[in-house]
Amino acid sequence: MTRTGSPLVRRVLLGVLGVVVLAAVWELYKALGPATGVMIGDLTVLPRTSDLAMPHVWDMVARLFRPVRSAGDDELMWQAVLEASFFSLGVAAVGWLVGVVVGMLLAIVMQRFRTAESALLPWIVLSQTVPLIAIAPLVKRWGSQIEIGEFSWENWMSVALIASYLAFFPVSIGALRGLESPDVNHVELMRTYSVGWWATLIRLRLPASVPYLLPALRLAAANAVIGTVVAEVSIGLRGGIGRMIVEYAAAAGGDPAKPWAPIFGAVVVGLLAAGVVALIGLALTRYRRGETPA
Amino acid sequence: MKQSASLPRTILAPVLLGVLAVALWQLAVVALEIKPFVLPSPVSIATEFSSSVSSVWTSSLVTGANALIGLLIGAIVGIIAAIIATVLPITDELSAPLVAAASVIPIVALAPVLYTMFGADKETARQLVAALAVFIPVYLNTLRGLRQARPVHRDLMRAYGASSWQATRAVTLPGAVPFLFIGLRIASSLAVISALIGEYFGGPIGGLGKSITSAAASSNYSLAYAYVLGAIILGLVFYVVTLGLEKLVSPHRAPSTGP
Amino acid sequence: MSTEPAASGHAVAQGQPVASARPAAVSVAGVGKVFASRKGTDVTALEAVDLTIAPGEFVSLIGPSGCGKSTLLRLIADLDTPTSGSIEVFGKTARQARIDQAYGIAFQQAGLLPWRTVRANIELPLELHKVGKADRAARSSELLALVGLSDFADKYPDQLSGGMQQRVAIARSLAESPGLLLMDEPFGALDEMTRERMQTELVRICAETGAAVVFVTHSIPEAVFLSNRVVVMSPRPGRIRDVIAVDLGRAEGRDEGLREADSFFEAVVAVRESLHGESAGAPAARGVDIR
Repeated sequence: MTRTGSPLVRRVLLGVLGVVVLAAVWELYKALGPATGVMIGDLTVLPRTSDLAMPHVWDMVARLFRPVRSAGDDELMWQAVLEASFFSLGVAAVGWLVGVVVGMLLAIVMQRFRTAESALLPWIVLSQTVPLIAIAPLVKRWGSQIEIGEFSWENWMSVALIASYLAFFPVSIGALRGLESPDVNHVELMRTYSVGWWATLIRLRLPASVPYLLPALRLAAANAVIGTVVAEVSIGLRGGIGRMIVEYAAAAGGDPAKPWAPIFGAVVVGLLAAGVVALIGLALTRYRRGETPA
Repeated sequence: MKQSASLPRTILAPVLLGVLAVALWQLAVVALEIKPFVLPSPVSIATEFSSSVSSVWTSSLVTGANALIGLLIGAIVGIIAAIIATVLPITDELSAPLVAAASVIPIVALAPVLYTMFGADKETARQLVAALAVFIPVYLNTLRGLRQARPVHRDLMRAYGASSWQATRAVTLPGAVPFLFIGLRIASSLAVISALIGEYFGGPIGGLGKSITSAAASSNYSLAYAYVLGAIILGLVFYVVTLGLEKLVSPHRAPSTGP
Repeated sequence: MSTEPAASGHAVAQGQPVASARPAAVSVAGVGKVFASRKGTDVTALEAVDLTIAPGEFVSLIGPSGCGKSTLLRLIADLDTPTSGSIEVFGKTARQARIDQAYGIAFQQAGLLPWRTVRANIELPLELHKVGKADRAARSSELLALVGLSDFADKYPDQLSGGMQQRVAIARSLAESPGLLLMDEPFGALDEMTRERMQTELVRICAETGAAVVFVTHSIPEAVFLSNRVVVMSPRPGRIRDVIAVDLGRAEGRDEGLREADSFFEAVVAVRESLHGESAGAPAARGVDIR
């Protein structure tokens, strides 16, 4: 994703410019497009341009600085959205962590035992192609069954579970490929040093897997966020950005700019999640160096 | 590189694991008396599935159609955008941060506003969500494919005095095809997933997602899982068809491994 | 087969090592290696190989592709097991020698770990065998000085040239002061000039450390320049065709000037003749090869 030679400042500026262009296109269509939208037969191909269907960009932004409920002195919209965003980010983070740990453990087992790889890998690859998120509405009741001593299952844990479920697949595949990536030379070198499988794992395979692991971690973070948002909707988790999106969408009739606020929140969640993974990548820079001589 | 595992191992091991898992599942449900709203037994799911095949089929058609339309729109727009980005680098520079951001945010969050914009009684919103989700991997992978023409091939075309169009046809386009298919394979699964998730956010009934939710709401969990099974089959169908398409177009090449 | 005694009085030897009270560095007895293939066509990589290498001796293995020289090296390193015969390193089995870290190894690709600095790469075997931090640092400084890379201690492999990477690999192979060095075409990926420089370096280093060396190469001048004895091998099946003693003086005396000495050329000719010697059915091709 990162292109070498493009400094961060430039990319950020271009990103902002891109957003401005997007907003300009929105407003342009709103100004020039037909009021009833472009229709082909019964199908609306391009949306209606009324303020109800397509609020002005500046209205969306202004809405963030007004209280949540039009009357009364609630907290401001942007504060509510930020709160919900961080709540969801936290849940997604838990899901991501669990998914990463499970994924890596699976990958290590698969690298160690060829039979385990033969048995597990096809299922893991297959599971990436099927919409497992379909079960989201069905996990809501799981929690009520589990009570171990003081610990009681909470609704957010169901959400985190779904997020972890979606996160661990790319991690296990990426980690496996990374663990198997070292050159034959390096593996044989370790053999000549008469060190066992564990030392080879720690000193060679794990460091060598970093370039494969990082994109997988990124994908897992994106999946965890999606899983969190969707599960929040299906389970109806209070405090999360997912439920806020659906709730505010219902209020769109009287307050057209309202549903857009939590969407900005969801964008922030996604970007922050990717940002954390990028930071991890930065910390692991030395493991991304290659072997080719200067 | 590991030596390739023997054939019985490659086929037998996963099949055995699958059979074992289902058997254990059935045993656990019966032995531990797990309530159906936690996890129904595989047997009850199978029976529900076979008795409701027709409604699973109709729901699958609705969701599948949305996914297909989203896939087609997203893929076509993605390919065209990638071509434009190669020809006009300035568009690529402008859009790169946006696309990178789009690849990490939950696109489905747009579903509710799209329902408002295009009508809550129409399927358009779901198709658009699917199209957006498809656009990103197709665009990124096609772009990568168009860019990676090996220097030695480029030099060869230059030495032959080929025009830029000839070079594109002979080297760049064929070289980009495997990457396009990597993107398509990711996209086909995403299309189904997105079309399905879009249904959880509202819109008309009739698709698999809505059926799952309503079955769960009426506590018919075996039926809900039967619809889930339908969704899984739908995802598999899309994947296999894309794989078949790739084999058709490039029969000489082994299916490209994922990114 | 032995070489003809040349007029300058080269020793004629049949691979007899200098008698010594210490066990031979490497003792290969009747070793054969057959690779079974699934299609049923077994490949005999090595057949009835006998070789003894004395402590401190530099021996090169040379021969065309498929002659088994790399296979023999790998058997000595216990990276593979012989199908027949036995191998002893310093009186122990190859496996025990590997466990006891009796040898150091260098491959054609330097095989440095890209995420470790030069110093950390050299210290790798020491780290793996639980040597203390201060001792490791002292040893790696010593070795860096030995190969002339003290200024590059904190650089990463991708910042070094190919020749420098190989020097690091050689320093690493010496980390635990082994009595035996196994080298599989370590200079194969380098250009000719760098190669010659590295050969001079290696000769100097081996003289200083007194290690025995088994060195696999494709290059006749390289084999002659470095070795006390050159083992010429032939393929299908892989076996030793000839062992040629190269008496060009002690290691310390081998410098750039040696490459232009008559004695050097004569030894090269001797090895070349052995390499191009009779194959079944071909007419005897004796005499100087014009190439």
